[in-house]
Amino acid sequence: MNGGTHVAKRKSDVGTLYKGSPGQWSWIAHRITGVAVVLFLFVHIVDTAIIGWGPEAYDRVESVYQNWFVRLLELGLVAAVLYHALNGLKIMLFDFWPKTTRYMKQLSLLSTGIFLAAMIPITWIIGKATLELVGWL
Amino acid sequence: MAARTEERVESQAPPSRGLLGTRGSRERPAGGFEMWAWLFMRISGIVLLFLAVGHVLIMHVVDEGIDRVDFGFVAVRWSDPLWLTWDWAMLTLALVHGINGLRVVVQDYVRPAGARFAVNMFFYTLGFILFVLGTVVVFTFDPSRWPGAA
Repeated sequence: MNGGTHVAKRKSDVGTLYKGSPGQWSWIAHRITGVAVVLFLFVHIVDTAIIGWGPEAYDRVESVYQNWFVRLLELGLVAAVLYHALNGLKIMLFDFWPKTTRYMKQLSLLSTGIFLAAMIPITWIIGKATLELVGWL
Repeated sequence: MAARTEERVESQAPPSRGLLGTRGSRERPAGGFEMWAWLFMRISGIVLLFLAVGHVLIMHVVDEGIDRVDFGFVAVRWSDPLWLTWDWAMLTLALVHGINGLRVVVQDYVRPAGARFAVNMFFYTLGFILFVLGTVVVFTFDPSRWPGAA
């Protein structure tokens, strides 16, 4: 912050030791997933734009998904978007209704729980497609 | 606000040296550009919750996922003004949301003023170019140029 705004810190932020409260883990995860998604977005705008060069060019670009490792990245992308969205919702809840911070721990567990629960069928679906791709299924 | 101020202490301590420089949640800025940026992140976040999560689930999870996505699929999709509007709104909001997010991250990790300016300008320029590219593609795409392909 260059002048003006003052960033208040929690007690646990002062000092050099990482205390590992749930809020800090989700802060890190929010940051990592956000950066990952925006870097994918940069590439994704370009690969989508290839459609302007016709079906041959576009379908060739799309064929990168016919690779098991890209499929794992795809699963990671879906997970990153979903986590960032759910955690962002939690942040907004705390920001706009500060009283909810009383239940910070429970709400963190809840949003993580929803994320993990949603990832079960998603992992199943993309995992199955990946295994079919490499011929193991 | 009471609940929040109780558990926070004002501190003159140097920035935390925790993992990735963890410093807790981002406090709402008092005013000016930073406040509007803060508000924009939340409003665009709510909209992207539907646009981006919906997009990812439609394209990658349900109904054969990415395996059914090809030129013909996109051609049919973009003949519908709903999906054109959806995709263009998502392009715009995701780019601004993402690049403002990068600006916040850069603020934390790129300390020298010159380097910070250069990195930010790089992302702003890239974002602008991608916005123009995406907008042109979404609104000029005409599958009838390739008869039979769709």
